[in-house]
Amino acid sequence: MTHETYLLDRSKLADSHTLEVARADGAYGALQKVFESSMSPESVVGEVKKSGLRGRGGAGFPTGLKWSFMPNHETDSRTRYMAVNADESEPGTCKDRILMREDPHCLIEGCLIAAFAMRLDAVYIYVRGEYRLPYDRMQAALDEARAAGIVGDNILGSGYSCEIHMHKGAGAYICGEETGLMESLEGKRGHPRPKPPFPAGFGLWGQPTTVNNVESIFNVPFILARGADWFRTMGTETSPGNFLCGISGHVERPGVYEVPLGISARTILEDLAGGIWKGRSLKAWFPGGSSTGVLPADMLDTSMDHDSVKAAGSMFGTGAMIILDETASVVRSALVLARFYEHESCGQCSQCREGTEWQEQIINRLLSGQGKSGDVELLVDLSKGMFPGKTICALSDAAAIPVLAAIKYFREEFEACISSPEEILA
Amino acid sequence: MALTDALKAEFDNLCTKYPHRRAGLIPALHRCQEELGGWISPEIITDCAEYFKLEPVEVYSVASFYPMFFLSPIGQHVVSVCRNISCDLRGACEITSAATEHTGAACGESSKDGRFYLEEVECQGACTNAPMMVVDGKYYEDLEPADVARILGEIQ
Repeated sequence: MTHETYLLDRSKLADSHTLEVARADGAYGALQKVFESSMSPESVVGEVKKSGLRGRGGAGFPTGLKWSFMPNHETDSRTRYMAVNADESEPGTCKDRILMREDPHCLIEGCLIAAFAMRLDAVYIYVRGEYRLPYDRMQAALDEARAAGIVGDNILGSGYSCEIHMHKGAGAYICGEETGLMESLEGKRGHPRPKPPFPAGFGLWGQPTTVNNVESIFNVPFILARGADWFRTMGTETSPGNFLCGISGHVERPGVYEVPLGISARTILEDLAGGIWKGRSLKAWFPGGSSTGVLPADMLDTSMDHDSVKAAGSMFGTGAMIILDETASVVRSALVLARFYEHESCGQCSQCREGTEWQEQIINRLLSGQGKSGDVELLVDLSKGMFPGKTICALSDAAAIPVLAAIKYFREEFEACISSPEEILA
Repeated sequence: MALTDALKAEFDNLCTKYPHRRAGLIPALHRCQEELGGWISPEIITDCAEYFKLEPVEVYSVASFYPMFFLSPIGQHVVSVCRNISCDLRGACEITSAATEHTGAACGESSKDGRFYLEEVECQGACTNAPMMVVDGKYYEDLEPADVARILGEIQ
């Protein structure tokens, strides 16, 4: 299978994280082009809109449209920010880590183009605290870029100035939620804020703010260098471009692969990841991280793009496929995830705080042979009561959806915990 | 241990990144934990509160929210084994068992000799290289259970 690539090309070069190697490979060429062609900020936003780029952090919201929500600078003189969401914590997802570690200058270039387009005063890159090497690589790249006149005052002699700062989180999944991230960046507990107001109107320190995922921003220099029309030659009409698919779990060759949106999940699993490990067969798969509903083996021909995965009853999410072979226990995986969401619930909303704990208790009971008649229905009722729109943020939804999907497709496995607990315990 | 003048000078510089000083709190707590004994002591809470012009309870509420901060003394080397789905599917339990066997510490506890603190953690973002563990901030990936004793044995 061959297809055009761009996201990971530079990272294959030795020392790709250094300014010298990155510049020789064309880094900052798109930024230079924006300045030299006298593009207006509005026309940069227009090009990103035209490209159809959708956010790669999970929600798939159109990036250019999000940028256009920033208030008019002529009538709103407040300080303007962007926060780059590098709090990559969705189980299964490990793509931003590679981008920051191997090609930090491309992310910086994307930030600067975004900053120019939205007339930003400063950009903060919020990296999860555990990502030490990616953080250090980003910081070193920023220092190099600043010394070379690429970040800070009068960027590349353009007269345009913008600061980029690194910021370190401290390990909380909820800080990947954009308003939780902003609270955390302000030095508080990562408690998501009710929306509205939305970040573009009331973001960091109450100022206009846009929050974008690393991979989303990473696409921007390529779109500006090669054009929105080029970008649209890859992927699908409604989900253009390539994406980084991290495929993990029971596969022969787990890894992060660059593929066009719309590729079939089967191609990723069988051609790129080498199929199921140990010669076994597929039982179930998560299409886009642990918060997306699990799908059965007979849906493996689903196309990996936002609309197709949604039509299949799940979500594209972060495009991180998690693979379960025929020997895996779906109930156990449900417990692993229930434990995770219970641990990560920030505790503000009762549906989420209590719901995730009860989910964990019930699934734990099933797996320890203590399940009671009616437990599966109780789990369904409980999960249905956790969403949609019942809580400040979507963590509650993210906890409820995988449990409901697991019961929808593998109910007999849950029921078997009650009818024949001795088999479960064995 | 109390907040040193060197750290305060570092924080003065750190806080210039932000329009409001408080934004430097979490990065500052990281530095305190790194430099001042591996955990956030009540003294650090009080000193940071003074430095950031907050109440101690505000600093405590932040420090206690984030799993990377330890609010009680722990072993010298922190061993964190990922227990989330991609690692679980590829044998994280055996990695945890091997770490328990080598250190003699149960999860969430320190070893008797104080050399190790062992914990299970949620997803560390290395899912395509599962199973994995983190030792003193460094990632060890694509692990086999036998790797654990070797890696921990090499820690000075």
